[in-house]
Amino acid sequence: MRLTQTQQFSTSSAVRTMALVLMTTLALAGCAKKNTLPNNAGDLGLGANGGAQPGTTQDFTVNVGDRIFFDTDSSSIRGDAQQTLARQAQWLGRYPNYQITVEGHADERGTREYNLALGARRAAATRDYLVSQGVARNRIKTLSFGKERPVAVCDDISCWSQNRRAVTNLGGPSGT
Amino acid sequence: MTQLTATKIKMRDKTLGLKRNSLMLKTASIRLLRPMVMTIAAIIMLTLPARALVEIDINKGNIEPLPIAITDFISGDGIGAKISQVVEADLRRSGLFAPIDKAAFIEKVSNPDAAPRFEDWKVINAQALVTGRVTDEGGRLKAEFRLWDTFVGEQMAGEQFFTTGENWRRVAHIIADAIYERLTGEKGYFDSRVVFVSESGPKTNRVKKLAIMDQDGANVRNLTNGGDLVLTPRFSPSRQEITYMDFAGGQPKVYLLQLETGQRELVGDFPGMTFSPRFSPDGSKVIMSLQQEDGNANIYSMDLGSRNTTRLTNSPSIDTSPSYSPDGSQIVFESDRGGRQQLYVMGAGGGGGATRISFGNGSYSTPVWSPRGDLIAFTKQSGGQFSIGVMRPDGSGERILTTGFHNEGPTWAPNGRVLMFFRQGSGSAGPQLYSIDLTGRNEQKIETPNYGSDPAWSPLLD
Repeated sequence: MRLTQTQQFSTSSAVRTMALVLMTTLALAGCAKKNTLPNNAGDLGLGANGGAQPGTTQDFTVNVGDRIFFDTDSSSIRGDAQQTLARQAQWLGRYPNYQITVEGHADERGTREYNLALGARRAAATRDYLVSQGVARNRIKTLSFGKERPVAVCDDISCWSQNRRAVTNLGGPSGT
Repeated sequence: MTQLTATKIKMRDKTLGLKRNSLMLKTASIRLLRPMVMTIAAIIMLTLPARALVEIDINKGNIEPLPIAITDFISGDGIGAKISQVVEADLRRSGLFAPIDKAAFIEKVSNPDAAPRFEDWKVINAQALVTGRVTDEGGRLKAEFRLWDTFVGEQMAGEQFFTTGENWRRVAHIIADAIYERLTGEKGYFDSRVVFVSESGPKTNRVKKLAIMDQDGANVRNLTNGGDLVLTPRFSPSRQEITYMDFAGGQPKVYLLQLETGQRELVGDFPGMTFSPRFSPDGSKVIMSLQQEDGNANIYSMDLGSRNTTRLTNSPSIDTSPSYSPDGSQIVFESDRGGRQQLYVMGAGGGGGATRISFGNGSYSTPVWSPRGDLIAFTKQSGGQFSIGVMRPDGSGERILTTGFHNEGPTWAPNGRVLMFFRQGSGSAGPQLYSIDLTGRNEQKIETPNYGSDPAWSPLLD
C-alpha cells in the first residue's frame, strides 16, 4: 500500500518517540527488546565491527553508511551512492521494524529557496532508489534542510561536496 | 510674517496615536512651493529662474548629495537633539544628502517659528535647512519641524506631530520622509520596518530567530525563540502579519505570524513541504512552493479568506520564489525547467505558459517585483560569484548592483529606490544585512546584534 505524505507525517512523532525510547533502552540494557529487534545479532556476523551492536543506529552508521553524496546541482544517484543504498536496503530488510527519514541537503553555493527544493529532490531520489531495492515506501519519510545544516564548514569544494548529501536516519529526523 | 496657520491636515495613526498637522508660514508665495514633478522641473527652472527651489533629481546616474543643515531641534531635555540625529542619519544613509557638520553653523536658531538668517546658511553652503522644536504638551510629545530653502529664502515644508514619548524615533523617521519627499519628489522610506532572520551559533547548527527592526537597525525585537528553524519571513502589505517558513515538529511548512499577538497559524493543508511564501499585493493571498511527491516543486496560491488553494504551475521542475507584480496581474518566479535556474513571468492565474525573461550568462533566482512595478530584483550566480541585480519585467536592461562571494535575497524599500539583501563572506562568519540604492551606489551595512539574513522590507507604516 502506498501512503501519502500526510499519513506518514501524522504518525511521525509517535514513531520517532517510540524509536528513541527503544534506542535508549537498548543502550542502557545492552540487549534487544523481544520482537522489536532481532535477537540473533551474533549470527549476522556484524558483532565485531567497530564494537557496534548489530541492528543499532551505530551499526547502521558505521558498518552500512548512513549517507550518500551528490554532484553539484544534481540529484542523480551516483555509482558509489548506489552501493551504499544497496547496503542500506539490505540492512533495512534485516531490521524491518525501523522507519526511516531521508534528509536531503545542499551545499551553500546556491540560494535558499532553490536549495530547499534541491534537498527535497535529493531526498526523493534516495527514497525512490531504496524502494527499488525493496524497502517498503511507507517506511520512508523525506525531509529537506536545504543549505541550513552543513556538516563541513570551509569555503572550497572539499566541504561543499560533503554537504551535498542525503542522510538516512533511523526512527526520525535528527535535526531541529 | 511668521505665525503658524491653522491646522491643515489631520492624520491619525491607529497603532501609535500619532497626530500630524502641517505648519505653514503666511507668505504670498506658498503656491510656488508645490512639489515639482521631475519631468517638468527643467521647464520650471527656465520660467522661474529667480525662484528655483532646491531639488534633487534622483533619476540621474551620478548624484551629488545635497548639502543640508539639520539643527538640533529645540527642547528642554535633549530629546530634540536625539530626533535631529535620527533625521540626519536617515538622510545621510540615503546617499542623496550631505548633512553639514554642526560645528560649521553660524546662526544659533533659538526661535523655530521665525525665519532663519538665510545669509548665515548660504555662506556655509547649506542649500536646505531644517529647524524644529520638541515640547511636552500635557504628557504628549509635540514635535515640529520646518524645511527651508536658504538660497530662495522660503519655507518649503512645515509640520507638527503629537505622539507618545516612546515613539520619538518614529516621529524622526516621518520627518525625514517629509524632507526626502519634498526635496526629491519621491515618497520616502524611513518610517518602515524590516523583518529578518537573526542568526547565532556555529554554522553546522545555526540558531535562527525571526526578528523585526526599524529600517535603520534600531529597536530590534525577536519574534521567535530559536527553538524551530525559521526562514524567509515576508511582510503582509495590509496587516501586522508576516508569512514565513518554520520547521516546527520536523515538518517544514509555511505559516502566518501575527505581530501583535505572536499567534502562529499554518497556511493550508498540503501533503509535502511548503516554502518560499509571499503575500499578494492586496494581502488576500499567500503564494508559495509545494514540494511534489516526485521531489519537484510547483507554485500554488491560497486565498486567506476562503482557504481555497490554486495550483499555478505544473512542471517537472523546481518552480519557486514567486513574487506578484504590484498590480497583482502577473507573477515572476524562478524555475530550472530549461536546465539552470532562470526567471519566468506568467499571468497571476497560472495555467498557461510562462515567458522566460533572464538570458544572461549564469543562473538567476529570488526574483522580487519592485513596488513601483518598473523593475525586478534578483540574485545572479555566475563565475562562482553571487550578485544582486535588477532588470525590467520584459528582461531588458539588466544591471548588476553588487557582486561578491555571496550576495543573496534582495528586498525592496517601499519607494522602490533602495534594496536590502544579505551577504555571506567567505570563512566561518555568518551573514550580514546590507542596503544599496538602485544605481548601485551607496552600499551600507545594517548593523544588527547578531548575524542577519533573509531581510524583507515592510510597506511604509501608517
